[in-house]
Amino acid sequence: MKDKVQNIIGEYQNDKNRLMDILIDIQAEFKCIPAEAIETIAGQLIMSKADVRQTLSFYHFFTTEPTGKYTVYLNDSVVAEMMGRNEIAKAFENEIGVKFGSVTDDGLVGLFNTADIGMNDQEPAALINGVPFTNLTISKVKELVAGFKAGREVKDMVGKCGDGMNADERIMSMVNSNCQRKHGSILCLEYEVGSALKRAVNITREAVIETMRSSNLRGRGGAGFPAGLKWEFCRKSGGDINYLVCNADEGEPGTFKDRVLLTEMPEQMFEGMVIAGYAIDADEGVLYLRAEYYYLKAYLEDVLQKMRNDNLLGDKILDVEGFNFDIRIQMGAGAYVCGEESALIESMEGKRGEPRNRPPFPVQSGYHNEPTVVNNVETLSTVVKIILHSADWFKAIGTRESAGTKVLSISGDCKNPGVYEVEYGISVNEMLEMVGATSVQAVQVAGPSGACIGPDKFNQTIAFEDLATGGAMIVIGKDRDLLKEVVLNYISFFIDESCGSCAPCRSLTLILKNKFLKLLNGYGTMKDIDELYSWGKYMKQANRCGLGQTAANPILTTIENFRPLYEALVKTDDEFVSEFNMDKAVEASCKYVDRIPNVH
Amino acid sequence: MNDKIKVTIDGIECWTEEGKYIIDVAKENGIYIPSLCHMEGIKPAGSCRICNVQINGRNMTACSTPAADGMNIESNIPELEEMRKAIVEVMFVAGNHFCPACEKSGNCELQALGYRYQMMVPRFPYEFPEKGVNADSKYIYHDRNRCIICKRCVRSIMKDGKHVFALNGRGGEKLHVEIDTDLASQLTEAEAQEAMDICPVGAILKKERGYYSPIGERKFDKAPIGSEIENK
Ligand SMILES: Cc1cc2nc3c(=O)[nH]c(=O)nc-3n(C[C@H](O)[C@H](O)[C@H](O)COP(=O)(O)O)c2cc1C
Ligand code: SF4
Ligand code: SF4
Ligand code: FES
Repeated sequence: MKDKVQNIIGEYQNDKNRLMDILIDIQAEFKCIPAEAIETIAGQLIMSKADVRQTLSFYHFFTTEPTGKYTVYLNDSVVAEMMGRNEIAKAFENEIGVKFGSVTDDGLVGLFNTADIGMNDQEPAALINGVPFTNLTISKVKELVAGFKAGREVKDMVGKCGDGMNADERIMSMVNSNCQRKHGSILCLEYEVGSALKRAVNITREAVIETMRSSNLRGRGGAGFPAGLKWEFCRKSGGDINYLVCNADEGEPGTFKDRVLLTEMPEQMFEGMVIAGYAIDADEGVLYLRAEYYYLKAYLEDVLQKMRNDNLLGDKILDVEGFNFDIRIQMGAGAYVCGEESALIESMEGKRGEPRNRPPFPVQSGYHNEPTVVNNVETLSTVVKIILHSADWFKAIGTRESAGTKVLSISGDCKNPGVYEVEYGISVNEMLEMVGATSVQAVQVAGPSGACIGPDKFNQTIAFEDLATGGAMIVIGKDRDLLKEVVLNYISFFIDESCGSCAPCRSLTLILKNKFLKLLNGYGTMKDIDELYSWGKYMKQANRCGLGQTAANPILTTIENFRPLYEALVKTDDEFVSEFNMDKAVEASCKYVDRIPNVH
Repeated sequence: MNDKIKVTIDGIECWTEEGKYIIDVAKENGIYIPSLCHMEGIKPAGSCRICNVQINGRNMTACSTPAADGMNIESNIPELEEMRKAIVEVMFVAGNHFCPACEKSGNCELQALGYRYQMMVPRFPYEFPEKGVNADSKYIYHDRNRCIICKRCVRSIMKDGKHVFALNGRGGEKLHVEIDTDLASQLTEAEAQEAMDICPVGAILKKERGYYSPIGERKFDKAPIGSEIENK
């Protein structure tokens, strides 16, 4: 084993900064990262073993124990549960004979839960040895388990491929792209690959940035920062080397539009990266791809190779002297917070994905402490069309403050979940009609970190100046128990995904959850609702990054918009209800002396 | 280079050099900004969040934000003081801080902040979590029940150029500080003492010697935290 591990480390030139890749390759080889491998890494990279584990233990998909020849990661996010993942989980457990969170004695199958895998429009879904299986049914589970027992290859169990490029031989996945508007007005427009880049290199770098600035293109990853301004800051930072990073971490539960852009039009995104690379004078671009989308990696590598062959990537791109730019793909390993741009950079440097303190901002000091632009997949894809059609053309679409279109990931209780390219300014009502949602209780705008709104706000519009969203729109039907099925799940999500650096994000979230459970379990008072709200406010104030600042939003926005649901949980006028349960308190001791708790 | 810049902290004009962290500028000027994870001279962690100040209406941590010319910084305002008190209380309930039985009592910065904020009892319910202790190495005793994950040890205690302390896990319950037992076993007595001294709470203790100076005669027993700066 030692030799193999040393070889892997050698492939990365004994570079600590590539620890992510080293761990990923070791896990691919041995199906886990055993103690012996950790020892070898520590020795060769000259770091302590605790330091290696520091990175390793941060990521959900790294494991030090074998997780089975067939490793099932079943999504347990809100929409998965709405679509019946609990029955699927039970079916797996029944067929296999072990509970989730464990591996069969013979090491054949391991069952694990995982946060949203970006398949909300085709839940319940699971990753099995990295291969997505969507729209799971109980009979499909039986078939899969029979396949495990017969030792079948996971890829061979996929069956019928999904729509669009999913059926391409480089992907061969059952995932569906569910592009609901094939002829959207910007991103979905057909174009000739390379034509935008040709235009870009015919004008100066400054002119490209100027075009972006005047187009008012704002980041599509959530924060909405003007892309042109970001590029200009980077260019003016005066670093030796600049980097361009495309953020394909897409971890916000309910978002899956980047997956579709990566599947259906990767050339457009890569071309956008090359244009951005040209504009900011970068030599290297990195696509940070979430581990859940590993099944797209070979395909994307192939697209990159084609672009190199076509002189759209590599040295002397389009024969422009001095324009050298290449792109590598950096895989993640399961951590929502790595979507935060500075955490993403930390992860790219082989560390825990902890967001950095700002300033300095990535455009000043990012990857390897050099000026770095991080942009979302959709932002960079849009760049191509702006260059092709002009800034004015782009500005004419959408609203005054939100130019262009937004690709929405719509899921939940609606007839036609999927990906929709819409103009900014569309109202929630229009959107609901578009997806065939009747009987709607609430819409979770922008995923758990956004806001949960009710019908009184459905006339609001999707735009930065009104309802901002990174793309996730989750429709919650009238029959759902909003607090139990949605809010509780999101609270737990943030607890699991917090990088843990900030004390309030790490600990106050747990306190909030307990308080919320107190109410759910019928022990709450009116005062508890108020406290829940005021304590939740500290999260926004105190924490470093967007995760912690928004982690109380599921609670805060439902108290604001659905307060009667909370009040209905309160069963008393008393100011104080004790949660103390005597029977429970003496349960353990009673067990030892063989008595039944009966102290009343 | 080295031109003087001016910032205003709570209305007081402070002259300093560009690039210095706000918390250190404040200190030079007799203003105490409460902190727990800050350690002068090493890379800021910005993890306890207690030093949050307001700059142009935005909350920023004073330990990690460099002063820039013309900055108007507010620290001693009710909104922030209220939040700081809440964070101190969060730390008390998230760990197991039974001060009378702790060797660090009187030298503990968390306890001292509890006094500063006149915390009678935390507003949050106690969680009484059970986290382990590690006493595997010769001189170090590490009680995770008291660790506030300020990362001072993680950032600063090295042996042979390697980290002795490291974080482990992610997420509210799982995250903890791990000791590299092999490395920790090589620490000298003096290095172990250094580790104990940098820990703001009683999570890192040096074995074999306790209660050398009696409770009642310790640092914060004599003067409250921050007074060394405020009364200068
Ligand atoms: C917790 C957290 C998760 C995030 N996840 C993503 C993500 O998955 N994809 C993304 O593009 N931006 C994500 N962001 C926003 C990024 O920090 C950053 O603003 C964005 O990538 C910049 O690109 P843009 O300007 O093109 O939107 C996240 C932010 C936070 C705080
Ligand atoms: S807010 Fe939460 S996720 Fe963000 S840096 Fe702080 S602890 Fe990490
Ligand atoms: S052991 Fe002490 S110094 Fe280290 S992180 Fe915990 S509280 Fe901070
Ligand atoms: S002292 Fe600044 S965040 Fe802890």
